[in-house]
Amino acid sequence: MQTTLGSPTLSAVVWFLIIVLLTLAVTYWAARRTRSTRDFYAAGRSVSPLQNGLALAGDYMSAASFLGIAGLVALRGYDGMIYATGWLVGWPALMFLIAEPLRNLGTFTFADVVAFRLRQVPIRIAAAFGGILTLLFYVLAQMVGAGNLITLLFGLRYEWAVFFVGAVMLAYVLFGGMIATTWVQIIKAILLLFGVTLLTVLVLRQFHYSPGELYSAVASRYGQAALEPGGLVTDPVDAVSLGIALMFGLLGLPHILMRFYTVPDARAARTSVLYATGFIGYFYLIIPIVGFGASALVGRDVIRKVDSGGNMAAPLVAELLGGTPFLGFIAAVAFATILAVVAGLTLAGASALSHDIFTHVIRKGHASEKEQIRVARLATIAFGIVAVLLGILFKGQNVAFMVGLAFAVAASANFPALLLSIVWRRFTTAGAVCSIVTGAALSVVLILLSPTIWVDLLHNAAPVFPLRNPAIISMPAGFLAGIVASLLTRDPEAEVRFNDEMLRTYLGIGAE
Amino acid sequence: MHKSVRDILDSAEFKHLVTTRWRVSLTLTGLLFVLYYGYIILIASNPHLLSRRVAGSTTVGIYLAVAVIAGAWALTALYVVWANKRYDPEVARLLTKVRTD
Repeated sequence: MQTTLGSPTLSAVVWFLIIVLLTLAVTYWAARRTRSTRDFYAAGRSVSPLQNGLALAGDYMSAASFLGIAGLVALRGYDGMIYATGWLVGWPALMFLIAEPLRNLGTFTFADVVAFRLRQVPIRIAAAFGGILTLLFYVLAQMVGAGNLITLLFGLRYEWAVFFVGAVMLAYVLFGGMIATTWVQIIKAILLLFGVTLLTVLVLRQFHYSPGELYSAVASRYGQAALEPGGLVTDPVDAVSLGIALMFGLLGLPHILMRFYTVPDARAARTSVLYATGFIGYFYLIIPIVGFGASALVGRDVIRKVDSGGNMAAPLVAELLGGTPFLGFIAAVAFATILAVVAGLTLAGASALSHDIFTHVIRKGHASEKEQIRVARLATIAFGIVAVLLGILFKGQNVAFMVGLAFAVAASANFPALLLSIVWRRFTTAGAVCSIVTGAALSVVLILLSPTIWVDLLHNAAPVFPLRNPAIISMPAGFLAGIVASLLTRDPEAEVRFNDEMLRTYLGIGAE
Repeated sequence: MHKSVRDILDSAEFKHLVTTRWRVSLTLTGLLFVLYYGYIILIASNPHLLSRRVAGSTTVGIYLAVAVIAGAWALTALYVVWANKRYDPEVARLLTKVRTD
C-alpha cells in the first residue's frame, strides 16, 4: 500500500489550520471573559455537566490512547483490548470515592481539599510537589509523543513540532485560562469521538457491519491467537499492580481533579462523571475495532514498517478506506488531541505553582485578584517552557513508561492523602506530608529498580524490584505512612475543624 | 439557622446519611474490584477459558472485555441513580429541618 503519511498533504494542512484557527478564535472569545481567578482556574464555575463530561473525556483521551491502543490491537490483537479496559475502570472509582467531596471542599486545586483543616504551608508544599511531579512525568511523555507523532504524520522536524505544540497551547492557557482550555477539550473530544466513530463504521462496512466477520478475517490472516490473551498478562501480581496504578492514578491526576471545580455543585460533578465515563467507555469499546480493522485490511507488516510501535495503524486504515482527505482529518484530530491534553496539564501545573505555592505559601493566602492572575500567567509560561525543554531534551528516548510512572505517583502520593483527609478525623499535617513524600519517593525509586528501567533501559541483567509498575506496593505504603504518622502526632484544631469539613462534604454547607 | 452545627453532626439522621453514603460507595467499589481485577486474574490464571470460541472466531475474552467496560459504566450509572433518588432528597430534608427548627 502506498501512503502519503509523513508528507504534508493539502487536506492535512487545511484540517489542521481549521482546528488551530477555531480553537484560537475560542481562546479570543474566552480571554474577554477571563477577569477573576475564578474564571482563570475554574471557568467561573459555570460549565454544564455535559460540557464537563466532554472536557473530562478530552483531558483523558490522549494521542497515546487513540493511536497507541489501536496500534497495540493491530499488532498484538486481544492484548490491546485488555490494556484498553484498564484505562476506563478508574472513572467509577473516582465517582464512588472522591468526586462529590472534592467538589464540595475545594476551590481550585486538590491541595485545597487536603489543606482544608490542616496547616497550610507544609500541606501546600507537599501537595504541590506531588501534583507537579505527576504532571511533569505526564507532560514529558506527551511532548516526546507529540514530537514523534507530528514528525510521522506531517513530516515536520521534531524540534519544530514540540515548539509549535508549546506555543499554541500556551496561547490557549495564557489568554483564555480554564474557559478556553475547557472549550478546546470539548472541541477535541467531539472531533476525536466523531473521527473514531467514522473510522469504525468504515471498517465495519468492509465486513457487512458484523464484528464477527471482522474477527474471522483477523483470525484467518494471523491465526486464532490474535483473538486470545497473549503475553501482556501472565504474572497476575504485575497485572494487578498496573491495574491499581491505572485505576487509582486517575484519582490523583491534578488536571482531572481540577475540572470538578468548573461545575456549579456536587450534583453537576456527579452527572459530569457519568457523561465522561460514557464517552470514554464508548471510545475504548470502538478503538479495538479500528485496530483489528487495520491488521485485517492494512496488514501488520505495513503498519510495522511505517512505525515499529504500531502508532500509525489508525491513520493507515483511515487512508486506505477514506483516502488522503480522511487521513488528513484523522492526522489533524490526533494533533488537536495532543494540543488539548498538554494545555490541560499546563493549566494544572500553573495552578499548583500560583494558587498553592505563591498565594498560600509565599503570601499566606493574602494576595489581590490582580496579582494572583498575573502570577498564574507567569507560572503558565514557566510550566510551558519546561514542557518544551523536556520534550527536546528527551528526543529519541523511550518514554512510554513515563505515563505509567505518572499514574503510579498520582495513585501513591496524591490519592492516599486526598482520601484520608476526606474521611479520617484523626488525619494530621504530619500524616499528610509523610503520605505524599513516601508515596512519591517509593514509586519513583521502585520504578527505577524495576525491569522497565533497570533492565530495559540501563541494561542490567536482573531487576532489583520485580514488578513493572510499583503501585501495588507504593500506594498501600502511602496510606500506611499517612496513618502511622497521624497516629504518632496530634492536631487537635484539625480534629475540631473536621466538623465543618463533614457538613461541607456531605451537605454542601459552605461549598463554593 | 437555629440549630447549632453540633446538633446536626450529632443527629442520628446525619450519621445515618454518612454511613449509608459510604456503604453504597464501598459496595459499588467492591463490585468494581470483582469486575476488573477478577477479569485480570482470570486472564493470568486461566487464559484457555478466554480463548474458547463462542461464535465463529469471536472468543469469550472479547465478550468479557466488552462486559468489563459496559459493567463499569453501569456501576457508575447505578451510583448516580441512587444519589439522585435517595441521597439528594435526604440532604435537602436535613437542610430544611435545620432552617425551620
